[in-house]
Amino acid sequence: MSAAPSQPPATSRAEPPAHAAVNLWTTIGAGLREIWAHKFRSLLTMLGIILGVSSLVAMSALVKGMEKGAKEALVAIGGLEKVRVEPQNVPPEQLHLLDQAVGITMNDVYALEAGASLVTRVSPEMRVPATVSANGKRFRPFICNGVWPVALEMSEHVIAHGRMFNELDDEMARSVCVIGTATRDELWGAPEDVGREIIPLGETLYINGVPFTVIGMFPHYESEQDRKARELALAQAAAAGTQAGPARDRGRGRRGNFIFWLKNATIYMPLNTAWMKFRSGMSLAEPGRWGSPGTPATGVITADPRLSNLELKVASVDVLSDALQQIRNILMSTHKGIEDFNFRTQEDWAENINLFIRNARMSGGLIAAISLLVGGIGIMNIMLASISERVREIGIRKSVGATTGDIFVQILVESVVIAVLGGLVGLVTSFGLVQLIGGFSPTDNTPIITAPAMLLAFSFSVVVGILAGILPAVKAARLNPIQALRYE
Amino acid sequence: MALVELRGVSKIYHLGGEEIRALDNVSLDIEPGEFISIIGPSGSGKSTLMHILGCLDTPTRGTITLDGVMVQDASPRQLAAMRNRKIGFVFQFFNLLPKLNVVQNVELPMIYSGVSGRERREKAMAALEAVDLVNRAKHRPSQLSGGQQQRAAIARALVNSPRIVFADEPTGNLDSHTGEAILGLFRRLSTEGRTIVLVTHDPEIAAVTPRRIEIRDGRIAQHVDLTLAGLDRPPRPGFVAEPGTAAPPAS
Ligand SMILES: Nc1ncnc2c1ncn2[C@@H]1O[C@H](COP(=O)(O)OP(=O)(O)O)[C@@H](O)[C@H]1O
Ligand SMILES: [Mg+2]
Repeated sequence: MSAAPSQPPATSRAEPPAHAAVNLWTTIGAGLREIWAHKFRSLLTMLGIILGVSSLVAMSALVKGMEKGAKEALVAIGGLEKVRVEPQNVPPEQLHLLDQAVGITMNDVYALEAGASLVTRVSPEMRVPATVSANGKRFRPFICNGVWPVALEMSEHVIAHGRMFNELDDEMARSVCVIGTATRDELWGAPEDVGREIIPLGETLYINGVPFTVIGMFPHYESEQDRKARELALAQAAAAGTQAGPARDRGRGRRGNFIFWLKNATIYMPLNTAWMKFRSGMSLAEPGRWGSPGTPATGVITADPRLSNLELKVASVDVLSDALQQIRNILMSTHKGIEDFNFRTQEDWAENINLFIRNARMSGGLIAAISLLVGGIGIMNIMLASISERVREIGIRKSVGATTGDIFVQILVESVVIAVLGGLVGLVTSFGLVQLIGGFSPTDNTPIITAPAMLLAFSFSVVVGILAGILPAVKAARLNPIQALRYE
Repeated sequence: MALVELRGVSKIYHLGGEEIRALDNVSLDIEPGEFISIIGPSGSGKSTLMHILGCLDTPTRGTITLDGVMVQDASPRQLAAMRNRKIGFVFQFFNLLPKLNVVQNVELPMIYSGVSGRERREKAMAALEAVDLVNRAKHRPSQLSGGQQQRAAIARALVNSPRIVFADEPTGNLDSHTGEAILGLFRRLSTEGRTIVLVTHDPEIAAVTPRRIEIRDGRIAQHVDLTLAGLDRPPRPGFVAEPGTAAPPAS
């Protein structure tokens, strides 16, 4: 009689497992009630999570903003396919060949055009250290180069007004030039200052005293951020009515991102013009350093044939290293094995950007992780304390039929609810934080809050809630109901 | 078949090498519908016995069968289910959850048996109706008198229609007048067919039940069963005449 009847009740207990789902909402409700009952304590507990989540989101927004700014700038200066060949000092072991080192010349240009299959464009550049003047004003442009028309595509320039000089202009060494808006701003006045846009086509510009005719002008290059800010200011000015005019927004606002300012402070002239007007006669000072094949080294009027550098465009980034090898081989032969040149690729720069971003991400992640850890410990601490306060409650719940699993889930849910609330508040806070940082940030790389970052941060807060709740939940679930009920 | 069968149950605590026999070889049968009191001085083992009967605790030795389930072999999960569905508890200190209102307290056992929200509320209100506490349903326990709190606790104990209700000193914290009312409530529940075990140290309270079991130092010292003499109900087969000599019940 005592052994046999142990079976039937199994049927009467067949249902309980089904209640898990119904129970969860009740449990979450109980958790919220518990948190609400200790508002201040709960808020303090959440602080760690709030900080962790908001710093994680803000950090990632910051890095994202920098990344975007850097990439924009990279595209603005010609992209990753660009390779620059620059002269360098002859290496020590080749010093005895110094007088045979000719530097970078048009020979290299023709050889590369003929032989380097992986190079799609070759753009020779002859730098002219220049002071320009016009309209009674003077200006030192950042770039004043003699170039081929191909320089336009090479450096991601477009012509907004007038035209680019062509092969004929180059052939005839005409005194024409194309300018960027910064040159225009300095010599004829910026639109912000004069209230209208001046397009100085046909005007005369003196480069180191030599008169040139302006035949074309680039558009105003700026970062997306600057453009938005400028358009906003414009719209506001329009809304305000009259005040659309001069003396507004000087300095940083107009110059904007440095990279873009440099690009705007450009003057291009035909390569031959630069050579004829600014290089002739300079060679007399240094006999023996020139006299490369093809360039007559005789006569009174001799011109330094050396280029300042070459800009090359490679077929694609994927073949960059092969292309560099090819370029090197060709240049080694034209330079008779003398290594008086070197390469600069944007890849180094891109690499640096990536490295920087990785580091920023890592340190940001570390800060956020530490905050979340501290937040988790805070939650665990409070949950443990609250369990000692609630021994009786747990005993009562067990006496009316709560299983150890029910108690475990209850405490775990409470912990997760605290963490989730903290996470949500943290997400809201992160927007404020980003605003704050954006205000201080000297760059134009406005932080960008992304959905994945928010999701990641939020998921972390949930995980922290779960991890922090496990120990207290186990402790609570293990409480002996009798001991708990004796508590008085 | 008896609702509860206790056979040679002992509960032994060890405190610093010393052996404390809170219960010593107790055998006992409880039939469905009985109204029993367990009486004895403080520290005699009444609560320990009630905890074992109520599946809150397990005996060190002996066997206990409750509604056909062998409790000493049951898993913690099964024990929780038993407490939830077959057993109701009423305590001296009411043991209501202070942060819940009265009706939420009464709903508590049903949360753990997976009753849906609406049905839960309906049943809880019905249970409050039975103890005449409907008008206090939304009050917090701290806003109620002791007697009202105990009535809420009784409603909670009854709400899942348990097979047996255990009350440990239910009047111990009430004034005599209120205590009377609570006892009256138990008596009424008994006449409605509930099985009730009343634990008390007070002979006057024990006097209301037809069957009394007196405990001393963990043993059954005296067993009075008025029902045997035909004063209450028909005789039952599971009667135990003397402490320690449990006659096996006829099946
Ligand atoms: N957890 C425990 N550890 C040690 N001794 C205990 C424990 N629980 C109860 N006891 C002892 O068991 C005996 C019976 O206790 P209890 O059942 O609470 O008595 P009553 O309810 O009759 O007052 C007492 O001597 C008590 O000290
Ligand atoms: Mg007691």
